[in-house]
This record gives sequence, structure tokens and C-alpha cells, in this order.
Amino acid sequence: MKELWKIFYKGLFDENPIFILALSLCPALAVTTNVINALTMGLTVLFVISTNNVVVSLTRHLVNPKVRVPVYITSIATIVTVVQLVLQAYFPVLYKALGIYLALVVVFAIILARAEVFASKNKLIPSFFDGFGMGVGFTIAMLVIAVIRELLGNGTIMGYSVFGAAYNPALIMVLPPGAFILIGYMIGAIRLYNQRKEEKRLKGSES
Amino acid sequence: MAEYFTLFIGSVVVNNFVLTKFLGLCIFFGVSKNLNASVGMGMAVTSVITLSSILAWIVYHFVLFPFGLTFLTTIVFVVLIASFVQLLELIIKKQAPALYNMWGIYLVLIATNCIVLSVPLLSVESDYDFVKSIVFAVGSGLGFALALILMASLREKLAYANVPKPLEGTGIAFILAGMLSLAFLGFSGML
Repeated sequence: MKELWKIFYKGLFDENPIFILALSLCPALAVTTNVINALTMGLTVLFVISTNNVVVSLTRHLVNPKVRVPVYITSIATIVTVVQLVLQAYFPVLYKALGIYLALVVVFAIILARAEVFASKNKLIPSFFDGFGMGVGFTIAMLVIAVIRELLGNGTIMGYSVFGAAYNPALIMVLPPGAFILIGYMIGAIRLYNQRKEEKRLKGSES
Repeated sequence: MAEYFTLFIGSVVVNNFVLTKFLGLCIFFGVSKNLNASVGMGMAVTSVITLSSILAWIVYHFVLFPFGLTFLTTIVFVVLIASFVQLLELIIKKQAPALYNMWGIYLVLIATNCIVLSVPLLSVESDYDFVKSIVFAVGSGLGFALALILMASLREKLAYANVPKPLEGTGIAFILAGMLSLAFLGFSGML
């Protein structure tokens, strides 16, 4: 049980796909203009990555290693198509808002990477937890970025006004440049935090 | 004629794939450390996008659409493009080893890249005819190359700048991309 928790937990912070590994940034920047889109995207990736890890793990003895990458890609593309059709049928507005980025979940480096690095070598249950943890980590990162962008750029969270009508929104945050600049500073902040932690650890070991 | 020109300019600067649509960021930040590499990458991406758009257009209009299989578009395009790039790599390796030594490495990187997949998907979605989809593909590729080369030139200058320590590398590259994107936003009223 503790092992599984560890596998799940590492995706949240230590190996967070967006902030630490800097993988799959395209969607992180493109759909985080508001919280609802970011949440949908996060949940889509969460579903695709866990399902794909399960599929890859179940078929790991059947697939010839030489053709593994095409097999993984086909499996991912199939799952993404299922999600696309479901969203198109039940949530047409969200489907429209996510647009091309939903189809592009197929080529997210993080999904292929987890299949290759973890699911192809591990049993069913750990593989599921690995995918689930990475997916949750991805969703959290998306939400953090989206909350900051929507709050500053529009003065709202999930459509509810926070600062009141007097707030003059910084429009740049919901435009493309704002996304780039915000991510740049966030990467810097995380590095600074890790550096400080490292320095403290070194000082602690000296004394 | 004017229609094609508008589409071309639109895809190069106004709707620049990297700076306004965030596609192809992995390559954009990975390769832009070096000016020579980014010229090679830009050319490789442009040619691969154009060829795979032509291929995807033919497959969509002669196979997927007539047989009512449009819900398979994503799967078919991904497999089509990935296998096409592999094939292209083999052909170039055999027929033009000099070219392969220059560009070969980039081909491997772009086999399953979001920009290469998204251009055919977008041109199918927008219902472009054959010529329009080629113009769109060439424009998008050149727009990507333009952004990449601009970024690489800036980053070569940045090597001499005094950057705060935590922002070195990726952090400052993102902020720089934000500035470039801000500049490209100025084109948005043009069309």
C-alpha cells in the first residue's frame, strides 16, 4: 500500500509533468485562459494517461519491443478519440473551446513517456497508480496556472467575479504573451525554492 | 490570388503557430539555443509539414470522407504522419546521405510533434481545398522557422547577459518568448 502511495505521490510534486519535467507545455499554455477549460483538459489527460498505462501494462508481454512505439501511439489515439466523441456528444461547448488541443493529447510527450518508462515494465496496479498520479499532477498544475491567469486577466474564477466590478483586468494575462511570461516566472520561482532548500540542507549538515 | 496571399501572411505572422497558438514548444525551446541548428530545424519542419499536409488531404478527401470514417481522423493522421516521417528518413538516408547528415536528426524529433499533426487537422477542420491547404502548410512552417530563428538569435545574445540565477536557462527563455509573442500580437490587426 505504501509503495502504491509513493508511486502516486511522485507525480504530484517531485516529478510533476509540467513544473518539474517541463513536458506537455503546449496545452498548459493554450487552454489555461479559464479554469473550466483547464479542468476539462486536466481530467481528459488524467483519463487518457491512466487508461493507456493499464492497456500498455496488460499487453506488455504480447507486444514485440521493436514495434512498441507505434502500438502505444495507436492505443493513445484510440482512447483520445473515445474522449473526443464523448465530449462532442455531451459537452459540445467545452469540445468547441478546447478545439484542436483535444486531438493533440495524442502527441503529449508525458503520456508516451509514462508508457515507455513505467507501464511497459510494471504490473497492472502500479501502472495505473503511476498514470493516475501523473494525471493528477498535471491537473493540479493546469489549475494553478488557470486560476492565476483567469483571476488577473479577467477578475473571475470559474466565471464568478472575485474583485468586483471596479477591478480593471490585466488583459495580457489571458493573451498568449501573459502565458509565456507567467510560466517563465513560475519556473524561476520553483528553482529559487529548490535552491533555498538545498542551501538550508547544506548548512544543516555543516553545523 | 489575394485570398491565398491573405492566408499565407495570416499563417506566417498573424496566427503564428508558436507564439500565438503554443504549438511546437518542445522543439522551439529545445533547438533555439543554436542559430545553425534552428535554421536546419525550420527547413525540416516546413518540408515535413507541407508533405504530410498533402498526404493527409488526399487520404481525408479520397478515403475518410467518402466512406464516412471521419471520426477516425485523429488516429489515421497520427499513424500516417509518424510512418511517413520514418519512411522519409529511410529514403533520405539512402538517397542523399549528405542531406541526412545535416537534417536527419531533426526528422526523428518531429515524427510525432504537435505542430506537424495540427496543421493537417486544422486544414481539414477549416475545409481548405487542395491549393489552400498547401499554402497554409507552407505558411505555418515558415512562421515556425521565423519564430525559431528570431528566438535563436536572441538567445545567442542572451548568453552574454547578466540574468538572475533562478531564471537562467528555461525561465528567461519563456519570458523572452513572451516578449516576442507580445511583438507578434501587433500583427493581429493587420488582416
